[in-house]
Amino acid sequence: MALTAADVGRLAELARVHLTPVELEHLAPQLDVILDAVASVSEVAGADVPPTSHALPLTNVFRPDVVTPSLPVADVLAGAPATEDDRFRVPRILGEES
Amino acid sequence: MNLLRMTAAGLGEAMAAGVVSAREVTQAHLDQIEAVDSRVAAFLCRDGERALATAAAIDERRAAGEHLGPLAGVPLAMKDIFTYRGLPTTAGSRILEGWHPPYDSTTTTRLLDAGLVILGKTNLDEFAMGSSTENSGYQVTHNPWDLTRIPGGSGGGSAAALAAFEAPLAVGTDTGGSIRQPASVTGTVGVKPTYGGTSRYGVVAMASSLDTPGPCARTVLDAALLHEVIGGWDPRDSTSINAPVPPVVAAARRADVAGLRIGVVREFGGEGYAPGVERRFTEALAVLEGLGAEIVEVSCPHFDYALGAYYLIMPSEVSSNLARFDAMRYGLRVGDDGTRSTEEVMSLTRGTGFGAEVKRRIIIGTYALSSGYYDAYYGSAQKVRTLIKRDFDAAFEAVDVLVSPSTPTAAFRIGERADDPLAMYKADLCTIPSNMAGNCAISVPCGLADGLPVGLQVMAPPLADDRLYLVGAALENALAGRWGGLLLDTLAESPGGAWLGVAGEDGR
Repeated sequence: MALTAADVGRLAELARVHLTPVELEHLAPQLDVILDAVASVSEVAGADVPPTSHALPLTNVFRPDVVTPSLPVADVLAGAPATEDDRFRVPRILGEES
Repeated sequence: MNLLRMTAAGLGEAMAAGVVSAREVTQAHLDQIEAVDSRVAAFLCRDGERALATAAAIDERRAAGEHLGPLAGVPLAMKDIFTYRGLPTTAGSRILEGWHPPYDSTTTTRLLDAGLVILGKTNLDEFAMGSSTENSGYQVTHNPWDLTRIPGGSGGGSAAALAAFEAPLAVGTDTGGSIRQPASVTGTVGVKPTYGGTSRYGVVAMASSLDTPGPCARTVLDAALLHEVIGGWDPRDSTSINAPVPPVVAAARRADVAGLRIGVVREFGGEGYAPGVERRFTEALAVLEGLGAEIVEVSCPHFDYALGAYYLIMPSEVSSNLARFDAMRYGLRVGDDGTRSTEEVMSLTRGTGFGAEVKRRIIIGTYALSSGYYDAYYGSAQKVRTLIKRDFDAAFEAVDVLVSPSTPTAAFRIGERADDPLAMYKADLCTIPSNMAGNCAISVPCGLADGLPVGLQVMAPPLADDRLYLVGAALENALAGRWGGLLLDTLAESPGGAWLGVAGEDGR
């Protein structure tokens, strides 16, 4: 399997990571090598082997439904890139065409 | 008295006996950081003033007759992936530059409650992704044994701080070997506890099903004392185990392997393993056998696929976990010029703020989870994870612990593997299976190969962490008898370690 720079560009778009053309050219062959090296993984286990998603067999961990104080708003907003009226201020969320 | 060379246990006793104050101990370590860290670059930030105030408070409580824990007043270096109010938390990434967390990690809270003195935050590969600390967005940390070489990673800062006698204790996180591999290449001790045995609350997440905080130290007993402080159930981490901390300190003090069955993993050796590493490992086995342990060979056939499966599962979790760095709520924001959309700002910010290795892993994870490839990649890797667990289960039916070299080679040169991701990944060949299965493992020094430290790894079943300390301490004691001290003592007393300024009874 050969990943092209265009394939990597598409994946980067899905992951919301802007990559420069130089990065795309550099990354594509590296990712190819890595994917080649891990390809054998798909040939090891038969259909009868169940998947393991987690090291511990924990399910349904509950705690009492008790209200505890939240962090102060000022503390939470202190690290925000931009704020307005005790809220996070974000860039416009709709595209030009909307 | 050479405060910098003392163990954490020894410092605790000396302070309790009133021989030395916590303030003096803290000051000595701050001075050492000042003297050598320009060459080691272990610390990303220091917290001298608060550390001295904390130490002074410990001294006052002691003077007032309060009975404090064994590590009260002992200084500690913290990997910059744990949140600690009052200091920035960067996780080694530019995307979090200058971010101050609004809360403490559970590990931080427990350290402070036990009276430990946090000296500062240590360097790491960005978001703990790497085996050399070269992927840090801020600086490259150097191995005190040879400053042209890597201190391991991702916890290279914590391990280097211990080896440079800047701190007697440190905390790290281990996702694929990030505590054990740095310990191995710096001649220090590092433990990955059973998954869920330590809390992930307040630890910047990399791969949530694998991440495990743990202790770093210069001796096995010191690691056990720290393990007892940070371990145990935390209701704030839903994957935390609601069970008592295994009796790790008692095991480290007992240090007896007579009658213990030790399995050597056949798959960890041969091609790709440095001859010097294999020699030290074989010699250590003979030492353990001489102490009365029974050495048997064990096969874990699926460990050969662990690295491949790990490099699908981990990036998949990374691509999902790191989605939180969205330029909206905290951290860096790039390109918000009033015309760009949220999506464009997000993409530009992540492109600017993340380094090359983080981008590689996010893209691989995105690929492995994408529709059409999910079954072949992520799905298959999860099945291999089952097979690895079964290999461990079968092995632990036959033996009490498993052993291997901690890492296939000693410390490599800075830059040597920087542009060869696959070669870098192989540094974690022996450590990854325990993360995949969730069991516990330790790395302890077992000698030098060409003047560089080699580590021996002990792996034990989930919640049998005490066995790690039993074997680790037995080996440490036996080797100390031959070396006349710890492996690091040989560095401290050698001409090559003169720059550390810690030789002799009085040190600097």
